[in-house]
Parts: sequence; C-alpha cells; structure tokens
Amino acid sequence: MRFLFKTDYEDDIKLFPHSGYVVSYGILLAFLLIAPFVLSSYLVSQLVFVCIYATVGVGLMILTGFTGQASLGHAAFLAIGAYTAAYLQQFNVPFPVYFLAGGLLTGVVGALVGFPALRLTGIYLVIATISFAFIVEEVLARWESVTHGNEGMRVKTLSLFGQAVPQNGPTFYYLCLAVLILTIVGTLNLLRSPTGRAFVAIRDSETAARSMGVNVSLYKVKSFAISAAITGLAGVLFAHKLSFISPEMFTLQLSIEFIIVILIGGAFSLHGAVLGAIFLVMIDPFLTYLKDDLPGIIAGIAATFGADSITAGKIHGNVAAIASANGLKGAIYGVIIVLFVLFEPLGLYGRWLKIKLFFQLFPLYKRATFKRQKIYVKSERNR
Amino acid sequence: MLDFVQQLVSGIALGCVYGLIALGFVLIYKATEVVNFAQGDLMMLGGFFAFTFIGMLGLNYWLGFAGAVIAMALFGMLAERVVVRPILGYPQFSIIMATIGLGYFLRSVVGMIWGTDDFKIETPFSDGVLRIGSLVLAYDKLSVIAATIILCALLYLFFNRTTLGTAMRASSENMLAAYYMGIPVKRVVSIVWAIAAAVATAAGVLLAPITFIHSNVGLVLGLKAFPAAVLGGFGSIPGAVVGGVLIGVIESMAGFYLPQGWKDVAPYIVLLVVLLLKPEGLFGVHMRKKV
Repeated sequence: MRFLFKTDYEDDIKLFPHSGYVVSYGILLAFLLIAPFVLSSYLVSQLVFVCIYATVGVGLMILTGFTGQASLGHAAFLAIGAYTAAYLQQFNVPFPVYFLAGGLLTGVVGALVGFPALRLTGIYLVIATISFAFIVEEVLARWESVTHGNEGMRVKTLSLFGQAVPQNGPTFYYLCLAVLILTIVGTLNLLRSPTGRAFVAIRDSETAARSMGVNVSLYKVKSFAISAAITGLAGVLFAHKLSFISPEMFTLQLSIEFIIVILIGGAFSLHGAVLGAIFLVMIDPFLTYLKDDLPGIIAGIAATFGADSITAGKIHGNVAAIASANGLKGAIYGVIIVLFVLFEPLGLYGRWLKIKLFFQLFPLYKRATFKRQKIYVKSERNR
Repeated sequence: MLDFVQQLVSGIALGCVYGLIALGFVLIYKATEVVNFAQGDLMMLGGFFAFTFIGMLGLNYWLGFAGAVIAMALFGMLAERVVVRPILGYPQFSIIMATIGLGYFLRSVVGMIWGTDDFKIETPFSDGVLRIGSLVLAYDKLSVIAATIILCALLYLFFNRTTLGTAMRASSENMLAAYYMGIPVKRVVSIVWAIAAAVATAAGVLLAPITFIHSNVGLVLGLKAFPAAVLGGFGSIPGAVVGGVLIGVIESMAGFYLPQGWKDVAPYIVLLVVLLLKPEGLFGVHMRKKV
C-alpha cells in the first residue's frame, strides 16, 4: 500500500495524486487511440456511443451526483443540442460555431429550468423535469418551420476545417473522444474549485451549506446550466452520429437511460459516468451474442451431462426462443436496475474501489467499510 | 354551452381515471414515503390478470374481478418483499430507481407472455349510455367515476379512522419510532403494497373497456396519473382525485378549444405553474426541517 505524504494544499487537489495514475491513464489513453485500428468498425461505432453517453453522464453527474438534484429530463437537453446543430447546419455555419452554440443555448435553457427548480426538492423536482421534457418533445414535434415536426431532420455529414468527417470513420471517433476527455478534465477542475465544493455542500445538506454562506440558489442554477450545456454538446455529436433526428428519439425512455448510466456506474465519481456508459451501450452487442451463441452453449452443456440429442435439441430450441423473445432487453434492463439498487448501490466504480481496497488491506478488509447507513427517520416531507 | 358541459363531463370522467391510478401512488407514498413508479404497470398487470380470468378462462365478470384483485394483492406483497423491503431506509432516489426497474421488468415480461396486442374485457356495462337532457355519458365512464368516489372515500376513512390506517401514517413519519411503539412496520408496509396493488387492479379492470389493455398502458396512463398525484399534493388522498380531475378537465378542454398539440402538453404546463406557486401541491403539507 502506498502512503501519500501531503505537505501542501496543492498536493491535496492534484488531478493525478501520484505517478501510478499517470501510467494507468496513459495506457488507457494509448489503447483508446489505437482502438479504431484494432477493433471492428461495429465496436468502434459503439465506442462513439459510449463517448456520447459518457459525456451526458458527466453532465448529469454534476447535477444529480454532485449537486443532488435529480433530473429525468436530460433527453430534452440532448434534443435541444441536437436540433440546434441540425438547424444551424442548414445555413452553412461551421462546426465549431454551432457546436458551441448548441452548448450555449442548452446551457441557457438549463438555467431557465433551474430557476423554477429552486423551490422543488425530491419527487417534485423529478416530476417537474419530466414535465419539462414532455413540453420540449411536443414543441419539437409542433414547431414545424424550424424542426420539421415529426418528419424529423436530416443531419449532413460533419465538416471540420473543410474536411468531411463521416460519422463512421476514425476521425469522428477521435472527435467524440476528445470532447469526452475535455469534458471530464473540465469537470474535474470545476469540482476542485469553490464552485464544485459548493455543489457538494448543497448535495450533503442544503441547510448547512446555506449557513456556511453558500448562495444555494445561485449554485443550483449554475449546476443546472453547466449540466445542460454539457448535455447539449453531447447532443450535437449525437445528431451527427445518427445523421437523422426526430422528436420521438428524445423521450422519457432516453432520460431514464441516462439515469441508468450514472446509477450503474456509481453516482459519486466521474469514473461512474464512463463505466455506466460502457455498460449501457455494450448491452446491445451482448444481447446479440446471447441470441446467437447461448442456445448452442447451453445445449452443449446439457449434452455433456448426458442429455440425448433430442432433449438437447429441445433445450436448444427453448433457450433460443427465450433469448430472441421480443422485449427481452426491457426485462434485462429492469432486472439489472433492481439488482444494482439492491446489491451494488455504489455502482460499478464502487465495486472497483471495493476490490482495490480488498487487495490493499489484505487480509484486513472489512465489508462494513462500504455499508450505507439506513435512516428510518427520513420523512422527506419535513425538509 | 352544451359543448362546454359535455367537455367538462368527459374531462371529469377522464380525470377520475387518472385519479384512480393516482390513488395508488398516494397510498404507497402516504404509508411509506416511497414513490412507486411501477404503479401504472401494476395496474396493467392487474388488467391482464383479469383478462386471463374473464376473457380466457371464461369466469363471471365479478368473480374474475375479485380473483384479479386478490392475485394482485399477493403480487404487491411479493414485489414489496423482494424489491422494496431491502432498501427501505435508503435515499428516496434508490427506491424510485428500483421501482422504475420493476416497471421495465413487468412491461417486458407481460409483453412476452400475453403478446403486444390490445385486449378487451367484456363488462356488464361496456355498452349503453346515460342521457340527461342532451348530455351523453357512457356507462363505462360512469362506473369509473363511481368507483373513484367510493374508493377515495373508503381509503380516506381507512387512513383517518382505523387503527391500521393510523399505524400506516405513523410508520411513514418515523419508522423507528413507530417500531418502538409496537407497530409491526414490516407488515404494515407489506399490507399497504397489497392495498395499492389491489386499487391499481380495480383501476385496470374498470379502464379496460375505455383504454383497452396492452403492455404499455400502465406507462402511458401512469405518466398522466403521476402529475395528478403531484398536483394534488403527494400524500393527500382527496388531493389525488382532485388533481386527477383537474388534469382530466384541462386535457379535454385543451383538446377542444386549443389548437392541436396542446392537449398533451397543457396538463404539464399547468403542473409546472402550480409547482412554481405552491411547491408542495394543492393539498400538500409542508413542514420545516429542523437542523
């Protein structure tokens, strides 16, 4: 185990506490850079989605994970970013301009949502953000002069400094990766600044934060604006990746997916956003794999345990029927969410921390280290 | 004028539908401070149970209705035991996510078992209309209004007059203190889930002639009933019905008088405005937190 000797406040807020971090993140970065040349184009395309979802996850993490304001309306912010890109693109606005414009506009909308949200907590905030998302969805469907309504909008291929960047090529992947990394670094910097400290203080106790002199209203609005702006930036990339957008893509379902990203990843650290995004996006290839290979594997196992060929064939057929049933994805989603909430409330990153600590403290690891406290006097009505 | 009254009446009927589902939300919230996002899906599942009993097994309507209610009450207890009890006492957000997960699961399992078609239950009052002057009201809608009023009154009395109801309110406010006072908190929570699932089933069966039953009906109606519960102030039983009726009336008025597209958005706009002015809903109780 490594003991860090800190002599200065600067040591305490360093992005890389010691050289081990530089090495491991360096290796990760190197792998991500060579990924397009090693992996199949399908997997690279999935990686682009991972980057986009992770960017949204980082945005949502600032709001939900660090400021403690739940939101089920982030699909609407994504939609605003995506539509800004699609609309401005018609007038031959260059990419860097409409990319930033998308983020800026979404940030302004986020601040506007933040003001009414100031008075709401808990469940009322959730329903307010859902309502906001519904209204945005309906506006997108009805404001035909700008959004083309339910017909949707076609998004032209991205062109950067005169070069076409097709949405399936490696350049687009690098672009998304760069945006993700910049977002993460920016957010990390934000979180170690006074603003980030104020966010965390509000999450832990609004009353305590207020009495310490934190302007709760101001920081909540800031948090909404920053979170929305990041989501808007991701929206621009999302529009380009799909090359076609229509209102029914940005439903409550998508907002729930974003929440799943940070829930499964672990809603207390930025690592969680990335891990959650990987999990959510890679579930599709995994299900395809289930459909194709699982029946054979299970029938094979049955055969080795002495089942005759007819029984094995039956098992094969049954498993294949279950694996390819419609809506299996929903059931798996549901089970995964419930299992994570019940057994792994700190998410994938929490699991990683536990494993790491287990080996660091071996053989003195105690399970109770990560035990959450149950609070039975919780009445959120008395807040 | 007649148009207005007709819209008002059909709005109230629609609103009672929302109110009936919202009652389930409020019940669980009132007793355990848990928001059950799977309430609409419980309703959908109840509808499918009733369809199985009545439509597929050919039972008598009332017998099938009762069977579905009992089966769903048991299912409610099961869901509480498996999903909710282990996380009681954790932040509300975890429980919201768990019930969202439960909803996903129920929807897709129902889709796998019963398919994704629309189903209809034959009811004794599925056709025929009541005419008052030139006002027309279908019997199936009347049945929903009647059921909403009866259930609302029953539950209101239950919560305010019976020992079990008082125990539920006590355990919602402070589980630990309630436990020390000898209230079997676990059993109380379990019973409340059973009641909520039973109410949801009643809603699902009564709605079957109006909205049909399909695997997404719970999601669609639940998303309308949820604002109803919030509008009335989560935790108030009459509030749920009033909120439901308000949402229903606003929706049907907006559908009639405003251009197309407003119908779906108007309830949410009103909800946002109400939340701005009165963040705890119309009938909500707001108390100060002690630090």
